[in-house]
Amino acid sequence: MDTVYMLLTGFISVVLINNLVFTKFLGICPYIGVSGRIDMAFGMGLAVTFVMTLSGTLTWMIDHWLLIPLGLEVARYVAFIMVIAAAVQLVEMYVKRFFPSLYESFGIFLPLITTNCAILGLCLFLVIWGVGSLIEAVVLSFGGGIGFTIAICIMAGIRENLRMVDVPEALQGAPITLITAGLLALAFMGFAGMI
Amino acid sequence: MATNPEGQMGLYGDAVVNGLWRENPVLRMILGMCPTLAVTAALKPALTMGLCVIFVLVCSNIMVSLMRKGLRPHVRILMFTLTISTFVTIADLFLRAYVPKMSEALGPYVPLIIVNCIIIWRAEARASKSGLLVSVVDALAMGAGFTLALSILAVIREILGTGKLFEIQILPTTFPAWAAMGMPVGAFLTFGFVLGAMNVITRNRS
Repeated sequence: MDTVYMLLTGFISVVLINNLVFTKFLGICPYIGVSGRIDMAFGMGLAVTFVMTLSGTLTWMIDHWLLIPLGLEVARYVAFIMVIAAAVQLVEMYVKRFFPSLYESFGIFLPLITTNCAILGLCLFLVIWGVGSLIEAVVLSFGGGIGFTIAICIMAGIRENLRMVDVPEALQGAPITLITAGLLALAFMGFAGMI
Repeated sequence: MATNPEGQMGLYGDAVVNGLWRENPVLRMILGMCPTLAVTAALKPALTMGLCVIFVLVCSNIMVSLMRKGLRPHVRILMFTLTISTFVTIADLFLRAYVPKMSEALGPYVPLIIVNCIIIWRAEARASKSGLLVSVVDALAMGAGFTLALSILAVIREILGTGKLFEIQILPTTFPAWAAMGMPVGAFLTFGFVLGAMNVITRNRS
């Protein structure tokens, strides 16, 4: 029961309280660039969630079962980025082979994900938070992906409506997106007292 | 152009102007946002971050420029990433050994330089096509432009957030410290308004 409770609080914490986009500033680039349409944002979010769960789990396993026992922590970053690049490649090949229609809709996003800092960021946070068990690593990486998806979809929804608003000329484009993100971050601060 | 000394000077001058202003990575190209927002709550971490990025950028541009003849298109990005992550590891270990407190404060944002678009952008756009010297000048200029942008944000946020700069009281103590400036909200808002100001400046010039 304790484990379940811990996993649940961990999940809520990483989705809402420590949201990767609004409190850790990770994955901002696609957030500014892609989130113009809600369906595309959702596709991107799903792809990121999938890769994030996979690479968060894999890097945790490599870190705990290979690098730490062998005393190779120095190679951590190189190993992590290789794992992420390989995971993205694998997912791309797998999806292309077995779900061609899904591949069509994911298509452009998948290669971009390798350089999405949210993925590497989450893998590093798993190390920093000192995550001790495999199941916890899986839940937290999945939660990170869900948090990213929520953030990017909220933003896309707001930006769809922003198109009809009379924004001051100087603030059009990226500035107004950042200011909106700031207000959303303010709103997400309200979750801080939840746990 | 390479044999013409004046052309060479122009090339370097261009690189410097591009890095600092015309193609400033943060203020004009809006790249590398994650560290820009995350480490600018105060000037000290912002400058540390800037120095780390300059180090990694210079080293990776040197390496990429040296191996540009042997690069094959399909493994290009992989080679860039491996080079960059090696130098980021060096920078991270250096920080951890000599300024452990700063290293802890910067947290994952130093290793995250690996996926900073600025570095891979310079490797792809400049170092993989140019000689050693031009690549180094380009890296220094781009790194300086990045540090400049970070410092602008950090100065605004630190002064408004704490009333101090580098531990020295700037604003009168009666000024209520604007705590939100030190939080994520402050980062997004400040960056948004700085970009807005940039838009005004560039529009007035053209």
